[in-house]
Amino acid sequence: MIEERLRSLMLQSLAGDAAAYRIFLDELTTHLRSYLRRRLGGLPEEVEDLLQELLLAVHNKRHTYGPKQPLTPWVQAIARYKLVDLLRRRSRSDVLTDPLVEDDQVFARTANDAAEAQYDVAKLLRGLPDRQRLPILYVKIEGASVTDTAIRTGMSESAVKVGVHRGLKALAERIRSIE
Amino acid sequence: MKTEDLVSLLSTGAEPVDLRLPSRRWLLALAGGALIAFLLTAGLLKLNPALWHATSQPMFWVRESYCMVLGVLGFIAVVRLARPGLRLGLAPVGIAVAVIAMWVLALMTLAAASPQDRAALILGHTAGACPFLIALLAAPLLAALLAVMRSLAPTRLRWAGAASGFAAGSVGALVYTLHCPELAPAFIGTWYLFGMLIPTAIGAWLGPRLLRW
Repeated sequence: MIEERLRSLMLQSLAGDAAAYRIFLDELTTHLRSYLRRRLGGLPEEVEDLLQELLLAVHNKRHTYGPKQPLTPWVQAIARYKLVDLLRRRSRSDVLTDPLVEDDQVFARTANDAAEAQYDVAKLLRGLPDRQRLPILYVKIEGASVTDTAIRTGMSESAVKVGVHRGLKALAERIRSIE
Repeated sequence: MKTEDLVSLLSTGAEPVDLRLPSRRWLLALAGGALIAFLLTAGLLKLNPALWHATSQPMFWVRESYCMVLGVLGFIAVVRLARPGLRLGLAPVGIAVAVIAMWVLALMTLAAASPQDRAALILGHTAGACPFLIALLAAPLLAALLAVMRSLAPTRLRWAGAASGFAAGSVGALVYTLHCPELAPAFIGTWYLFGMLIPTAIGAWLGPRLLRW
């Protein structure tokens, strides 16, 4: 059920359907949040931070999803990797109440309320060079088209696309190094 | 920042994604790494002058197939380890089968040889240099494979590094056969394998250091 629905949303997203991508990320957020709440019982303040890091990871690594591959194990592997990475960075393996067992599924239960991460993406964004910050600001936050952004910034359209891509990767790096 | 705002940021203006990008990068790395290994072999080591003559011996083709099979299986493992959520499948088993098959062949030739010839079958004339030259030829490809791996999403970093090293080592060994005059199975099963394991160990060491994301 979940697999088929998310997989078809993901395939539409990869084809460039931004509306499907939004639904996909919204549903993923719900699943991942409840997964992280269960896994990070000892660190409730980390849930939203890691959730946002995970969403950025899914976004920045979405080219590694193979269309013939089941989607839920792909997300599950990213979530486990990021969770282990966080715990290792914290050197706080004691927060794990029990080992990461295979049957603890990302998609098992759901919780639903909006929440905020501790870091400020707007502030992180200001630290990026203009060739990355402006494309993200115009295209991703204000919702302008790539063409309009190119005209406004004097950059070429491909430079705008590259700026968005590299900027989001840089943002993910910065969030990771804060934690 | 609110998570819903991040979702909106990520989805707004989302562009189509080229899913063939990883395969293109892998092929480019493989072609580039193999080409550099070939240039190093032809320029630095010189091609084996008896190469054409050696092609008439069955053992020449056994040696080529051995390196080729290990390279293909190593490369399959590399590609799978770069995508989250994929199992390794039978590639490691295939590698073990190929290695053991060469050892069985080596034991058969050693058993058939007279005792005073056995050391020569194992050591050949170039045992001291062979593993290190294979590792040298593998180095550029290992670097290229790790660079591509970094742009993808490995979740088992040590394995991803080790597999990159093994694939690079096998391709390095395959190119090295153009220089190397040794054909004894005991030599191939020992020193070629050792040569492939050097980049494998380096890759396993580098993986957790270079591939984190």
